[in-house]
Amino acid sequence: MRGMIAIWQRELKAYFVSPIFYAVSTVFLVIMGLLFYFNVAGYLQYFMQAAQYPPMMERININEMILRPLFSAMSFVAVLILMPMLTMRLFAEEKKTGTIELILTSPVKDWQVIVGKFFAVLSLYAIMMALTLIYPLILTMYGQPDWAPIWLGYLGLLFMGAGVLTIGLFASSLTENQIVAAVICFGAALLLWLFDGTADLVSGRWRELFSYLSVLRHYENFSKGVLDSTDVLFYLSFICFGLFITVRSLESTRWRQ
Amino acid sequence: MIEVRNLTKRYGDVTAIHDVTFDVNKGEILGFLGPNAAGKTTTMRVLTCFMPATAGTARVAGYDVFQQSLEVRRRVGYLPENAPLYMDMRVKPYLEFVAKIKGVDPRERDKRVRRVMGICAIEHVSDHIIGHLSKGYRQRVGLAQALVHDPPVLIFDEPTNGLDPKQIIEVRELIKSLAGDHTIILSSHILPEVSMTCQRVVIINKGTVVAMDTPANLNTKLKGSQTIILQVKGPVKDVLTALKAVDGVVEVKTKGSERDSVWRYDVESHPGQDIREHLAAKVVQNNWGLMELTTVGMSLEEIFLQLTTEEEGVQA
Repeated sequence: MRGMIAIWQRELKAYFVSPIFYAVSTVFLVIMGLLFYFNVAGYLQYFMQAAQYPPMMERININEMILRPLFSAMSFVAVLILMPMLTMRLFAEEKKTGTIELILTSPVKDWQVIVGKFFAVLSLYAIMMALTLIYPLILTMYGQPDWAPIWLGYLGLLFMGAGVLTIGLFASSLTENQIVAAVICFGAALLLWLFDGTADLVSGRWRELFSYLSVLRHYENFSKGVLDSTDVLFYLSFICFGLFITVRSLESTRWRQ
Repeated sequence: MIEVRNLTKRYGDVTAIHDVTFDVNKGEILGFLGPNAAGKTTTMRVLTCFMPATAGTARVAGYDVFQQSLEVRRRVGYLPENAPLYMDMRVKPYLEFVAKIKGVDPRERDKRVRRVMGICAIEHVSDHIIGHLSKGYRQRVGLAQALVHDPPVLIFDEPTNGLDPKQIIEVRELIKSLAGDHTIILSSHILPEVSMTCQRVVIINKGTVVAMDTPANLNTKLKGSQTIILQVKGPVKDVLTALKAVDGVVEVKTKGSERDSVWRYDVESHPGQDIREHLAAKVVQNNWGLMELTTVGMSLEEIFLQLTTEEEGVQA
């Protein structure tokens, strides 16, 4: 347990001393800031039109018109683009520099190493998400957004991010090349993402299967403000599966090394 | 302290080590000698539980490396060929991290880290970033890392590789000073290093153990024939015939004269037979002048060359 905490701490610190975290979070926040601005501007324009045509007023809703689009953009950028960048180094770098020999010959179990690294990136991701709280806070200054769907949106983002994180963790355990790890993670996450579209094209059982496997569809519920145990269970099993295959992958690395 | 039995490791079709068996006694420094790709690193990686063997068993400090891996890992300090350093960390936090994952008691941690920084003489760089240190200092941090949990067994893979001569001497002295309290396995492809630091040597080539003994014994054992150099003042032809007649002589060659009528002879004798006094007696009986008589012990370097170029020569 102590070993796991040590790995978590070291990994987290490594992000803060390297430029990765700063570069990634700056880019992320700039994009999010722009999108937030566009959404607010769009909202204001709609509001102006609605002022002249009162029936439009009924559809006005800060959560629906500003925050939901923002959350869906955030899910795309954070999960599909940031996650591969944050996870690519987890094992690939250790393999490249040889520190993996220190880790794997220490009295720490493989799964503890993996879980330690998992929580390091998850903490980092949570910090980045927390930084985006500024947008709903700004809205609170001028209006009354409903906070329940906002918190659920964040919870959904955290679950989806954690799921893709395990894909990245797995991808990084496969290779010593960080770029390859990032590409595998991105490809796999995009594939799971596209299952959402695939589900619309097929029917019957296939439709059920694809829509169940789509990471996006489960997130949609969260962003709508619906907390469904099916979605929570989906993400939790996704995370466990990802961690499990990473444990197996690391084990097989030992045999093949 | 370390028992290795019939260890075999295959990667696909490639056999990295085959049927390796040896023991290391408590407090001993064992040298693991072999050319590159002989299987030294593979053996060490199995002993440190970095990877499992295909067949055979190994026990370290009484625990099986496969079955009781965590117990073994607690008791082994390992310095891989490339010191496993996080280049962006500072020395002290790095050692603290290693102490944590090696399971050092939190109350002891600070003391242990200070202790190993003292042993490895790196106190004055304790808050330097590892990536900014010179190769020699990095290697010392690597050694400190292996020592931080005070393991009874130390495994060093080519610890002096890539260091300059002064650093090599420092690292060797350091390793020697660790013997006694620790059981050490040290791999190297540099012979003087092994004969200087180790009490016993295992020579490995193409994945199999070709010889195992003390450096001194190896020297004797491997003398396929012993060479004695003589300088004799006297008629060449007579001296040659006389020397050849001595019991135990295999061959005599002259190497030309160095001064007037003083000739140098290389006499090869059967191994394990000391014929120096007979040779001397012979020369004196004939009233020739015996100017020099020395034996040429084969250096470990020659043994090594012999072992690794024609390994059927010796099967220990």
